[in-house]
Amino acid sequence: MAIDTAPPPTRTGPRAQGRPGSGAGRAARWVRRAPLLPALIFTIVVTQLPFLATLVISTLRWNSLDPDNRGFAGVDNYVAVFSDPALRDSVVTTVVLTAVVVIVSLVLGLGLALLLDQKFRGRGAVRTMLIAPFLVVPVAAALLWKHALYNPDYGLLNGALNWLGNLLGFQAPQPEWISDMPLTAVIISLVWQWTPFMMLILLAGLQSRPMDVVEAASIDGAGAFQVFRYLTFPHLRQYLELGGLLGSIYVVQNFDAVFTITSGGLGTANLPYQIYQTFYQAHDYGQASAAGVVVVVGSIIIATFALRTVSSLFKNEGAR
Amino acid sequence: MSTATAARSTRVDKPRKAWRPWGLVAWICGLIFVAPVLWMVLTSLHSEPDAATNPPSLGAPLTFDGYAEFFSGTGGAGPWPPLINSFSASIGSTVLVLLLAIPAAYALSIKPVEKWTDVLFFFLSTKMMPVVAALLPIYLVAQYSGMLDNISFLTVLYTSMNLPIAVWLMRSFLAEVPKEILEAAAIDGAGLFTILRRVVAPVAMPGIAATALICFIFSWNELLFARVLTGVVAGTAPVYLTGFVTSQGLFLAKVCAAATVVSLPVLIAGFAAQDKLVQGLSLGAVK
Repeated sequence: MAIDTAPPPTRTGPRAQGRPGSGAGRAARWVRRAPLLPALIFTIVVTQLPFLATLVISTLRWNSLDPDNRGFAGVDNYVAVFSDPALRDSVVTTVVLTAVVVIVSLVLGLGLALLLDQKFRGRGAVRTMLIAPFLVVPVAAALLWKHALYNPDYGLLNGALNWLGNLLGFQAPQPEWISDMPLTAVIISLVWQWTPFMMLILLAGLQSRPMDVVEAASIDGAGAFQVFRYLTFPHLRQYLELGGLLGSIYVVQNFDAVFTITSGGLGTANLPYQIYQTFYQAHDYGQASAAGVVVVVGSIIIATFALRTVSSLFKNEGAR
Repeated sequence: MSTATAARSTRVDKPRKAWRPWGLVAWICGLIFVAPVLWMVLTSLHSEPDAATNPPSLGAPLTFDGYAEFFSGTGGAGPWPPLINSFSASIGSTVLVLLLAIPAAYALSIKPVEKWTDVLFFFLSTKMMPVVAALLPIYLVAQYSGMLDNISFLTVLYTSMNLPIAVWLMRSFLAEVPKEILEAAAIDGAGLFTILRRVVAPVAMPGIAATALICFIFSWNELLFARVLTGVVAGTAPVYLTGFVTSQGLFLAKVCAAATVVSLPVLIAGFAAQDKLVQGLSLGAVK
């Protein structure tokens, strides 16, 4: 087990064969490129062209409920996007939702990975149990939390509280989980789904530690905490970064949980849900596109940082 | 924290025994995380009145009524068309992804093109674009080309959604092919197909399995595109599930049966191939 983002030692390959200018070299380079082209062209056509279209539509006045009144709108849609309080709120919601879910899942995932790294009876069974939440289809998981766990009348959470109350003889509180704390309810369900993901990545990281170094350290008298602080944690750092990055990519786009648990109500509408709403229910194509462009610009800023992280992992490993 | 001598003296039988209590903690954590899943399955096997009691009736008699109710599709269309749609979109897009990604990964690892790292990062960067921003133009294309509510259109979209992940994954596996063996085979006069079959394929097979598993799971789970682009004909299983978003009287057992049935393919595939799951989720960074 090892982090493998290392470039294979073939860097000089293409240069040696493809001398620019020479006909044979050019042909050789195209032979090399040929297997790549279908995937590359497909990706550009299906993922990049729509963004260009979004850019164009964002400058138009276009509501499909009012098709005759279509025309050039300049930056009006952007003004509307930035002055729309619902959309501004959804930006904050997206940031809070993503940050809390990713950080809490990482911390819990780290704890669970450290536990699973110990030797104990039934470790495989516990690992399987911990993975289960990630394998429930997101919509199904959201329905499960909404109806079977959070429901104030017959959900498992209030049911368990009631059962404890009866057992110990006190009046159990019966909170309305979703309406009392809507965003927290969404966050808990997502943390439940994403913690196993983080745990799996971090556990793989833990198990790829060079054990001889760890053993040498404990022979030299390093305590468990010191081993963690100076050996395990530095080794895990890149796995933490990888988990955080991939988790952010997926959670920032979350639609299923928000759509299912709260239907975007009670201040839980994140950007994907808000844009879906503008386009699907308000039918304001221009404004939905402008919001989309804003999201893309925001993502590019974040992605630049994220890609730099991945890229540095890539280089560190290459140097090893 | 122990002194050096203490650590030395315990070295012989290793400090494993001291960790015993952690096993118990791990079991408790595992049970907490799996509890909602077990509750989902248990509730799906209860009758509707038993499913909706407070406090919960754990020992109520088991019945398949919830499943019967779900598959009979009372009060609307049945679940079979959406399940079949989900299977065809997920399997179709997984096959397409592999057909596109494997040659691309070959050109990024075994015989790399110039600037192959840039190409690789281009693929990853498309994954960071929020799909919701491309939703409208894609919807318009579907509308004008008459592809709305068409499962092949969804299949193509899922292919584009998973292709970057697949390229990364397959590249990381193909990069493992030992260069020396490739060269030795070429010197011995082995043709391209022999090299692919004898040298590359054995290393690539686990990678193909991990890629296929991940692509299948992500396509099967997808909701946003399916919700916007499909209707009565091509609706997928997650779209069918959104029909349960609002409460409809006593329907807890039926909801749980629905959630269980739709999750079952992913649960089976994921449990069966846990190590492949880790490789796939980490884009091949973890082997």
